[in-house]
Amino acid sequence: MQKTLKRYFPIFVVPTLIAFSFAFIIPFVMGVYLSFCKFKTITNAQFIGFDNYIKIFADKDFLNSFLFTLKFSVVSIVTINVFAFMLALALTKKIKGTNLFRTVFFMPNLIGGIILGYIWQQMINAVLLRYETTLIANATYGFWGLVILMNWQMIGYMMIIYIAGLQNVPTDLIEAAQIDGATGWQILTRVKIPMVMPSITICLFLTVSNSFKLFDQNLALTAGAPSKKTAMMALDIYNTFYGRTGFEGVGQAKAVLFFIIAAAIALTQLAVTRRKEVEQ
Amino acid sequence: MKKKKLSNAILFCVLCVLVVIFLTPIFFVVLNSFKGKLFISNDPFAFPTKETFAGLSNYINGIEKTNFFASFGWSAFITVFSVLAILLFTSMTAYYLTRVKTKITSVLYYLFVFSMIVPFQMVMFTMSKLANMTHLNNPVGMVILYLGFGAGLSIFMFCGFIKSVPLDIEEAAMIDGCNPLQTFFKVVLPILKPTAITVAILNAMWIWNDYLLPYLVIGLSTPYKTIPVSVQYLVGSYGAKDMGAMMALLVLSIIPIIIFYLTCQKYIIEGVVAGAVKG
Repeated sequence: MQKTLKRYFPIFVVPTLIAFSFAFIIPFVMGVYLSFCKFKTITNAQFIGFDNYIKIFADKDFLNSFLFTLKFSVVSIVTINVFAFMLALALTKKIKGTNLFRTVFFMPNLIGGIILGYIWQQMINAVLLRYETTLIANATYGFWGLVILMNWQMIGYMMIIYIAGLQNVPTDLIEAAQIDGATGWQILTRVKIPMVMPSITICLFLTVSNSFKLFDQNLALTAGAPSKKTAMMALDIYNTFYGRTGFEGVGQAKAVLFFIIAAAIALTQLAVTRRKEVEQ
Repeated sequence: MKKKKLSNAILFCVLCVLVVIFLTPIFFVVLNSFKGKLFISNDPFAFPTKETFAGLSNYINGIEKTNFFASFGWSAFITVFSVLAILLFTSMTAYYLTRVKTKITSVLYYLFVFSMIVPFQMVMFTMSKLANMTHLNNPVGMVILYLGFGAGLSIFMFCGFIKSVPLDIEEAAMIDGCNPLQTFFKVVLPILKPTAITVAILNAMWIWNDYLLPYLVIGLSTPYKTIPVSVQYLVGSYGAKDMGAMMALLVLSIIPIIIFYLTCQKYIIEGVVAGAVKG
């Protein structure tokens, strides 16, 4: 069977492969090469070695965006997961209206980043108007605005995954703990949380990679204002490419670094998940 | 038992308050979309009054300024055809890569999986220039690019499922005289339905909401703007002038998503969970 199928390569694989080459393979290889070049359009590239990478480290915007991304990721990962887990606990208690609650909490996840960003920009500005200031007056407002926005968008998503995890905890385990006289808190920390560890791993990595690569929401909410202080890494790369002529090579080098960090996160996730699977 | 009832009642009230908080931003935009544009910044949280009520004028304004229905059409065109292309071509590719074991197929498989971890920023500049040079900067070209970008996750998910499909059925079909294409479409594809729904939903949500790819490839100066691009086009400059049109446009952009969500909620939630666990 394999032999007959093998001859069908042009039909089964080639169409996808052509699209994949235009969207990914060629741009990726060119991107790596161009990060070592000086260029304005991709046809007049000149090889200059590691110059672009050296320039990155003299670039305050990049360091600033890296620190902002780091700070934002830590705060939003913790808040999103804690709130989502609490909601999941509440929604697995068989109270009235669970389905309706679940529907509402999950809904923001479907709205696109650009639209979400503008909705919250208007909301936050309306609140700040009472104190006679705006979202872009102070980087702290932008930071917390982004945290609130991401919580609003991601809590429902993570909640759904936690609910699926909690529903898989066998009821006899919980009943056995109750008979042994365990308190509600003990059941939570000693039975439920250890049993949903796989869901916790999934949610942590989803929030890590989503916060780290955030772009649309950042662009719509503050666009980096004031003076690029609230620009995250993806936005900084975008600004380097399209906002500063002559810096295309530096932008591409930043993008390569960005890719390396993203790959490191993904590989850590893979390693952690693999190790867990062996244990089970 | 009484204590439990009480605590559940309190929990219910807390959740109701949270629902109100969650819906506030949406309520806020809807409210303001019916106010005259000059009144919005006076008191953004007030209900429209006789004086401030603007009827549908913001909506008419917003639709005219951005040509909203055309954007809706292009968004729908690109999303529907990209998802169809992804479903058809990546399921075929995944089937081939799983069933034919050679060095080439395993290299290709890892290449597709690898593309999943590469952030868009890594390829955005070169990809958009290449798309311009090869005349992919139109809605049909977008479908091809989305097929390429969506291939990684979709092939990964299809392969995971095909591995668990027993070979016997396919072999039986082959013995009965089916060629590989007939075997795939008549025997394998129907079995793939649950995964296909997940793949379709994940890709549809991503493509419908995607901003950067259509913005970079198609741009602002063409008639092919998708909804996110035209929202950015209208309000992109900070401190938008026509607040009313902006509010109306935001409401219009959410409506299709909410209708889609309420009609296919079950599949969306299942699909998202399956996608998270496998991806």
